[in-house]
Amino acid sequence: MKRLLTTLLITGIAMMLAVPAMAAQTIKIGFNIPMTGDIPEVGEGSKNAAEMYLADINGAGGLEVGGKKYMLEFVYMDNESKADSAVNAALKLIEQEEVVAIIGPNSSKQAVPGGGTANENRVPMISPWSTNPNTTLDRPWVFRAAFLDPFQGPVVADFAAKKFSAKTAAVLFDVENDYSVGLAEVFKSAWESKGLGPVVAYESNGTKDQDYSAQLTTIIAAKPDFIFVPENYNQVALIIPQARDLGYKGQFMGSDAWGTPDLVKLCGEQCNGQYFSTHYAAAGAKGATKVFIDRYMEKYGAEPADYAALTWDSIGLMVEGIKNAGKVDSNPRKMRKAIRDGLAAIKSFDGVTGSSKFNEQGDPIKCAVVVKISEEGTFVFEESVCP
Amino acid sequence: MDFIIQNILNAMQWGSFYALIALGYTLVYGVLRLINFAHGDIFMVGAYISFFVASFLIGPITGLSPVMAFVITVPLTMALTSLVGVTLERIAYRPLRRKGAHRLYVVITALMCGLVLEYSNLALLGASRLKFPELLEKQIWHFGGVTLTNLKVMVIVAAIVVFLFLQWVVTRTRVGMAMRAISYDKFAIPLMGIPIDRIIVVTFVLGSGFAGLAGLLFAMSYPVLEPFMGMLIGWKAFIAAVVGGIGDIKGAFVGGFLLGFIEVGVVMVFPSSYRDLFAFTILLLILWVKPSGLFGIPQSTKI
Repeated sequence: MKRLLTTLLITGIAMMLAVPAMAAQTIKIGFNIPMTGDIPEVGEGSKNAAEMYLADINGAGGLEVGGKKYMLEFVYMDNESKADSAVNAALKLIEQEEVVAIIGPNSSKQAVPGGGTANENRVPMISPWSTNPNTTLDRPWVFRAAFLDPFQGPVVADFAAKKFSAKTAAVLFDVENDYSVGLAEVFKSAWESKGLGPVVAYESNGTKDQDYSAQLTTIIAAKPDFIFVPENYNQVALIIPQARDLGYKGQFMGSDAWGTPDLVKLCGEQCNGQYFSTHYAAAGAKGATKVFIDRYMEKYGAEPADYAALTWDSIGLMVEGIKNAGKVDSNPRKMRKAIRDGLAAIKSFDGVTGSSKFNEQGDPIKCAVVVKISEEGTFVFEESVCP
Repeated sequence: MDFIIQNILNAMQWGSFYALIALGYTLVYGVLRLINFAHGDIFMVGAYISFFVASFLIGPITGLSPVMAFVITVPLTMALTSLVGVTLERIAYRPLRRKGAHRLYVVITALMCGLVLEYSNLALLGASRLKFPELLEKQIWHFGGVTLTNLKVMVIVAAIVVFLFLQWVVTRTRVGMAMRAISYDKFAIPLMGIPIDRIIVVTFVLGSGFAGLAGLLFAMSYPVLEPFMGMLIGWKAFIAAVVGGIGDIKGAFVGGFLLGFIEVGVVMVFPSSYRDLFAFTILLLILWVKPSGLFGIPQSTKI
């Protein structure tokens, strides 16, 4: 009995060792995405885009690298929209699945710690949606597809100054959310450096707050020309109606965290007519972007949100990096190094979210768009702002 | 000046919700000496019940006008929510009471019932948030720099009316007398021919019914619903009830408004991250000076 067990064990180990060798013909890429938790729709959008890309490549017989075709294999790992689970998911992908590269996590809350894990384990990673600078800062193995908050803040400031002829601004931000705090700070300094006027109110709230009347009363008493609210869409849906109840009649501006269809569902008509900055606008798209949107609509019956489009571009970047690597090595360590070098060699990229150039931190320099919530509750392209 | 008056109104609205929930805590505690920790989640269930009732009534099947729907939603929500409260009492608390379990176990059971309500909601409806339909056409009145909505007035009036009603029930009616008697001596009371279980059911009907009303008004004021919306506000309302003197109707009412005023007042002056720190430091100081709460009477057996 004991001998049988030993034999089985040895065979098992031998098979496990043999698998990577047999699977050398495929290129395995891991996805660290939120399938459950606070933002499950983000994980679903990412996975939808990935499945579409995978079908394209493998349907054409695989990806051609150095004159030979290799099939792609995608592994999806749920990070539950949590920071610690994002680290665990990254480790699982690296150690158990032995992926050669990782795409995701999406939001900065998970991408900052997840990027640290990928960097320490020397695995190339691309975050599609993270805008916080720390995700890629001093991490040679981590890249991203989205623009950064130090760019987004000034975009909002410039647009508001021009569109609303605003002289003064107010900010309401979520003090428990790093994304919101960072963007509020960037916006404040951008606005003040314009010299038009001061930020007359700079108020904060908590993530679980439901009543914002005290903060809004302070803001409204300061009589700002517009209010910048870099908060999650579910909070925005409470803030705007409450401000209207308190007699505020002016404009609001938001950031890319507004950009889900749920905003309109939760907020109703009261959010119509406001503007926010984001990565791309589905309405009025042309060229390759339109082709992508139409195909996605046909396959999944819904417009792709920004995170789906950015995941598509992240995979495009990854494919470009693999092609630059020139050959496929069966040793995952060597392959990871080759892909990292291939990614670092990319100087510019044309994707469905626009074209971008990459700086030495691995961050793209690309245009942002400002979107208006129309009277029908759809997101309409207003203008594109380039660095 | 406008700024201060506006914030007093804000605090009155926010305090009304604390007061409405705290009244439920204190009512059950006053009779059973039981801290019903599921109460915040009964409030959440009330908000969800009102959502489904209101959506059904203004939906295509009945097609009522929103105002009519509101008129029907109020009693229906209160009735259905009290049903949830009574069910909880029947399946969770009463069996333990019959077996003579120590009060500590009943409190832990209450805590678990709350979690069961939260997570069964999550399992049933998922994590995505719901938008409460607009039932009353919003009217905004301006008085100089101060604005007031019809909803705000309604919330504040509701809290005051519920307080006066409960105060009347407890101090002026036979049921109220029986409630006070049970809290005084629950072993001697059955000997006097008072149906103790029926009185307890009435207590739960009242407490949960008004939690349902609070849920409805809350959903109308803050129309984004999620399964954990009752947790934090429930805890805070409980603390408000303790500070007011748990078991005392007046105490819950005053405690709820006190917490509302402190929270809004702190945010008015300081950044919001100081809110809970200041609020609970002040409440701690009150309990330090008067451990039984503002209106409470010292007792030897509390947990």
